Amino acid sequence: MNVEWYVVLSALLFTTGAVGILVRRSPMVILLCLELMLNAGNLALVAFSRMVGNQQGQVFAIVVMVIAACEVVVGLGLIVALFRRKLPLNVDDLRELRG
Amino acid sequence: MEAVLFFLAAIGALGGAIGVVAMRNPFYSVLALIVHLFSLAVLFLLLTSAFVAAAQVVVYAGAVMVLYVFVVAYVGGGGESAWEPIPGQRLPAPLLGIALFVELSVAVLSSALLALGTHGPDVPAGFGDPAAIGRLLLEKFLVPFEASSILLLIAAVGAIVLAGRRREDEGAVTPTGHSAPQARPDGVAAASSPGGVR
Repeated sequence: MNVEWYVVLSALLFTTGAVGILVRRSPMVILLCLELMLNAGNLALVAFSRMVGNQQGQVFAIVVMVIAACEVVVGLGLIVALFRRKLPLNVDDLRELRG
Repeated sequence: MEAVLFFLAAIGALGGAIGVVAMRNPFYSVLALIVHLFSLAVLFLLLTSAFVAAAQVVVYAGAVMVLYVFVVAYVGGGGESAWEPIPGQRLPAPLLGIALFVELSVAVLSSALLALGTHGPDVPAGFGDPAAIGRLLLEKFLVPFEASSILLLIAAVGAIVLAGRRREDEGAVTPTGHSAPQARPDGVAAASSPGGVR
């Protein structure tokens, strides 16, 4: 398969994640959609690394995985903290920081 | 054979992604994301990056998704309210998504990357296996490797500080002690630290 198929699939997955972030309200699903976008970026990185014939893009993808794991840990910690304080788990209700 | 595998994995990845967005219950969204991650691991294998595929399955579909399932089971699903602060917000979102996809595709496919239409160069047998990636990580990319380990430690400590159960009597220094207490809803300030109810 040509590399462009992978890149177009990666763009499609990224778009799906972005639409999910715009549409959904639950912070947990928004985190999942962020995962989708990060994974789309990972797919593009690995595809380009295959295209160039160089393994450094794969190292970049692994670093992105580490960042994603950190983001998940902190985000889920925030969700658990919200739940403990009995705040609504809805990003439209949590608007105190908006001006 | 490779094309069949690619299209099967692509359908799995895309279906999983759409499932994440479309499912009402967050638990089913997590399950759809697991399907998506396994399909992506197949795609990584097709791109001859065995170590990234293994890390995807072990780290993502194993560890991170267990964390998600645990938190979903703890917090509970629950439907989303239909209240919209910006009316008609959901209508332009798919249109913006289509525009984003067209823009990304045009940006990539119309670029001057001549090798984009090829399969890529022939690579040696050890391309992307754990030995090669490990050698790269520990020789050329040692500083980013160590920095990411420190970042993981910071994230773990931060998660404990955010979500950990704090004692009621000695909550003098809590991470929320400096935020504005009057902005919170009722019933929250009673459970917070003494610094928050001043």
